[in-house]
Amino acid sequence: MHAIWDRGPGLRGALGTVNHSDVGRRFIITAFVFFCIGRVLAMLIRTQLATPGSAFVGPAIYNQLFTMHGSIMMFLFAIPMIEGLAFYMLPKLLGARDMAFPRLSAFGYWCYLFGGTILVLSLFFGVAPDSGWFMYTPLSSKPFTPGINADVWLIGVTFVEVSAMAAAIEIMVSVLKLRAPGLRIDRMPLFAWYLLVTALMMLIGFPPLILGSILLELERAFDWPFFDPNRGGDPLLWQHLFWLFGHPEVYIIFLPAAGVVSTVLPVMARTRIIGYGWIIAAILALAILSFGLWVHHMFTTGIPHMALGFFSAASALVAIPTGIQIFAWIGTIWAGRPELKLPMLHILGFFVVFIIGGLTGVMLAMVPFNWQAHDTAFVTAHLHYVLVGGFVFPMLAGAVYWLPHFTGRQPIERLGKAAFWLIFIGFNLTFLMMHMVGLLGQPRRIYSYPEAMGWTWYNLLASFGSFIMAFGFALFALDVALQIWLGRHTQRNPWRAGTLEWAMPLPAPSYNFASLPSVSDFEPVTDDPQLALKLACGEGFLGEPRHGWRETMGSHMLTGRPEYIVLLPGNTLLPLLTAVMTGGFFVSILAGVYALAPVFLVAVAICAWRWAWTTTNGKNFGLLDAGHELALPVHAEAPGSPGHWGSVFAIVADGTLFATLVFGYAYLWTIAGGWPPPALIAASPIGGIVALAVLAGASLAARKATAVRATLTERRRFLWMMTGAQVVALALLIHETATAIPPPSSHAYAATVMVLFVYAAFHVALALLLTGFALARIRAGFVSDQRTVDVRVAAMWHGYALAVTAVVLLATKVPAMLA
Amino acid sequence: MLIWQRAVVGVCSLVALAGCAGPLSTLAPGGPSAGAIANLWWVMLAGAVAIFGLTTGLLGMAFLVRNGGPASVRLWIIGLGIAFPTTVLIVLLLYGLVIGERLQPVAAADVVEIEAIARQWHWRFRPVLADGRGQETIGVLHIPAGRPVDVIVRSEDVIHSFWVPALAGKMDAIPGKTNRLRLVAAQPGRYGGVCAEFCGIGHSGNRFLVIAHDPASWAGVLAAAS
Ligand code: HEM
Ligand SMILES: [Cu+2]
Ligand SMILES: [Cu+2]
Repeated sequence: MHAIWDRGPGLRGALGTVNHSDVGRRFIITAFVFFCIGRVLAMLIRTQLATPGSAFVGPAIYNQLFTMHGSIMMFLFAIPMIEGLAFYMLPKLLGARDMAFPRLSAFGYWCYLFGGTILVLSLFFGVAPDSGWFMYTPLSSKPFTPGINADVWLIGVTFVEVSAMAAAIEIMVSVLKLRAPGLRIDRMPLFAWYLLVTALMMLIGFPPLILGSILLELERAFDWPFFDPNRGGDPLLWQHLFWLFGHPEVYIIFLPAAGVVSTVLPVMARTRIIGYGWIIAAILALAILSFGLWVHHMFTTGIPHMALGFFSAASALVAIPTGIQIFAWIGTIWAGRPELKLPMLHILGFFVVFIIGGLTGVMLAMVPFNWQAHDTAFVTAHLHYVLVGGFVFPMLAGAVYWLPHFTGRQPIERLGKAAFWLIFIGFNLTFLMMHMVGLLGQPRRIYSYPEAMGWTWYNLLASFGSFIMAFGFALFALDVALQIWLGRHTQRNPWRAGTLEWAMPLPAPSYNFASLPSVSDFEPVTDDPQLALKLACGEGFLGEPRHGWRETMGSHMLTGRPEYIVLLPGNTLLPLLTAVMTGGFFVSILAGVYALAPVFLVAVAICAWRWAWTTTNGKNFGLLDAGHELALPVHAEAPGSPGHWGSVFAIVADGTLFATLVFGYAYLWTIAGGWPPPALIAASPIGGIVALAVLAGASLAARKATAVRATLTERRRFLWMMTGAQVVALALLIHETATAIPPPSSHAYAATVMVLFVYAAFHVALALLLTGFALARIRAGFVSDQRTVDVRVAAMWHGYALAVTAVVLLATKVPAMLA
Repeated sequence: MLIWQRAVVGVCSLVALAGCAGPLSTLAPGGPSAGAIANLWWVMLAGAVAIFGLTTGLLGMAFLVRNGGPASVRLWIIGLGIAFPTTVLIVLLLYGLVIGERLQPVAAADVVEIEAIARQWHWRFRPVLADGRGQETIGVLHIPAGRPVDVIVRSEDVIHSFWVPALAGKMDAIPGKTNRLRLVAAQPGRYGGVCAEFCGIGHSGNRFLVIAHDPASWAGVLAAAS
């Protein structure tokens, strides 16, 4: 088993590993390194603010410091830490051997590492982003930030977001499809529920930011005026797009941390959590609500008061699902026999800090108070109470709880307790002071203030507190290091927990379980304390290695009934290579060498082709023995394989991006000044109608190509018909972009219409590529009556291309014809 | 003001004499708008302290009780988790909505309009007079005391935010957009103003002064301006 799942020797093994434990650990360690960098920046900020009129750093540096601190903490620490924890833990909690798309995890890691490195390097060259972590236009537009600083942010963050999108798709599919036999969705550990909802939120929450970044980069690079009020753009469009992402982001960060609390707290209280169903309902409610609140970041932009009242109420409403969770947790402690061990201490820290953050959050949701407190140190303090309380403390709790799992060693309690108290006291000192000084009128993001303001003592104490906190984190790091090197070996289940991650030897083996458990209730390890031994002896499913395959179980989304055996790909350098090519694409844009960008894009496409090609081998295996008299097909020969669902979720994300683009177009049309535009797209609909007609015709062919009973010859014929239609439609769309649209730099209308058409053309081209891929697979003999996923994926994306082309043409041509 | 509110204010001013004061403090209101918001803050602070005490008290007691019995979903989740915050929030939202509505710049006979134009990095002000004239001042905003003043906020470059904490909340100055903010200064005097939205290198120093005049000296200002 180990030989099959391990990463292999040497540098090649290290670079080529796709194992979820390796990748998860890397994410966690890298995120911690970025956290330390972010912490150093925070110390520099607090040093500068400690005294009035300080000459430690000037405003130019200071602006880079707080922008980078915020951006690093949000994009390079919090989200990747979640991804790392999810990758490492989820398969173990769900009784699987890996995530659904191991190569995608590895690819995501490299994207994250490269994007993060670009961002941090910019600090050393003095060109770090300096417009604040939400990059408001027009300050971040070319005229006011002529340097490369803003481009570094847009490119670096988008590069990192690629990994977040990959992780979101991967987590969705893994939680829904890769559970142990019998693990029903309503018996799943709460942590998996939290991550499932988080992943769904990432899928829908990140596309607005990615779109906004693309538009702003287009504006900066080619002068397409999406946000320029003199040419039909609107700076507020950026704020809407940013906060449409930015607010859900806060819950994306909080929910996994709450998942850790829901996992660790009942174990520490020696009982089961109360209100399992209520908690799931609460997190679903939070997820939905969080997409309807973004305007509370814009209460002072002059939006009418009645509209603000709506968003104010919605914002206050999130206190209810949060309250459900808080009281479910407290009630659980009441019901149990709580033990004040180190993880519990951090959870208590979480309660105190997070409750205060929640209360100031409700205050800020009240519009009149927000008018005063917005953009002051009060808000900075609030957001740290929420993020440190709602993320850092639970993560510390999770770290001490799961460290034995990583290291196989016992924690050293004393040092950990000292670290906790330093962090807790230092944190509260720092940020209570910042609440007060905010109420005394200190705006955020100022680098200096006069003595006469009366803010001096508060700031000095705040800075003092932040140094205490720094000692606390240093002690925590020391504690971890000591545990790794000096800790005594731990027994198998040190906290006497009931979830599956403790049903394996510690530290965890690369394959997690020698054989997979069958799960019928919430706490399999409590129900059967001998489970770990039985699994290690091969008494579970898929206990017999064959052909050197990496096998895990694919099961029904709801019932957990086994459906197929998932064959996972082994170690490969392909993810690294693809990430390098993706990096080449981003760097060539950053460097302004636009001619190189398409070259790298083609390279990425070639890598992706190779990637998809090596996903399955072409043979039919029929039914295979899965243990316990169960015979199952491999995933490639079953409907609803992981790849199928991955493709579905990718379309959900892509569709969200498109929906935000259409929203932006409608927003500018109705809200921005300078509309209707001076020149519209050429009204003639002929080309568009022909393109739509051939694509629609081809979607009938796509139906036939994927029909269950179709022969291979038929499939090939219909795929060729699709290709023909796609080529015609692509040519027509390109013709339209080249001839019918006014110059994009003339007006935000022309720029937006151009983006809409390029989007449609891009997706027709993508469908063409996938159809070509399916044809190549048929020719190579990789498609059979059972193995049709390549054809189905091509058909799916063809349908999507048809839908977006129809929307784009309707949205652009109809107004032009009416005018 | 209720008695306890007065007590809180008293404590606050005792604890730190400079405590709630200071040129940009939101807690030393110089007019009814800022006063209403300061009251809202004190009420919310009292409520927050009570709720914080309740939840952490329950949390602390959980460690003392150690009863190990089953927990009631009805009590913990439906009662404390849902009914309790819902009630508090409804009351608070209504209170906030009413105050917000009262601070709106509704039309009135004696409103004075003044333009505030932001740039990197200073503010220009100009009274909007009937005959269209009006002298600009840089960095100093003259207003009459005891009368509603509508500040018409605009920007010529990036986003800024007009904020005089003693007189009202803040309002963003957004290029391509015109916003309106109602200020009221109860007494003649000088009030600090500051740009609240980050606007680049000069953001920290982007402050201004508001001078509220009694009727006589306001007449003088107007005469000088036109
Ligand atoms: C743990 C110790 C931390 C300290 C001492 C600290 C300190 C600070 C300070 C002083 C500022 C204000 C900058 C200004 O107003 O000019 C700030 C801003 C910020 N911090 Fe932290 N921080 C810490 C951790 C975190 C964490 C864990 C996160 C997020 C997960 C975070 C996210 C942010 C964000 C988003 C901003 C706003 C940046 C901006 O205005 O563009 N911080 N931090
Ligand atoms: Cu928000
Ligand atoms: Cu400013």
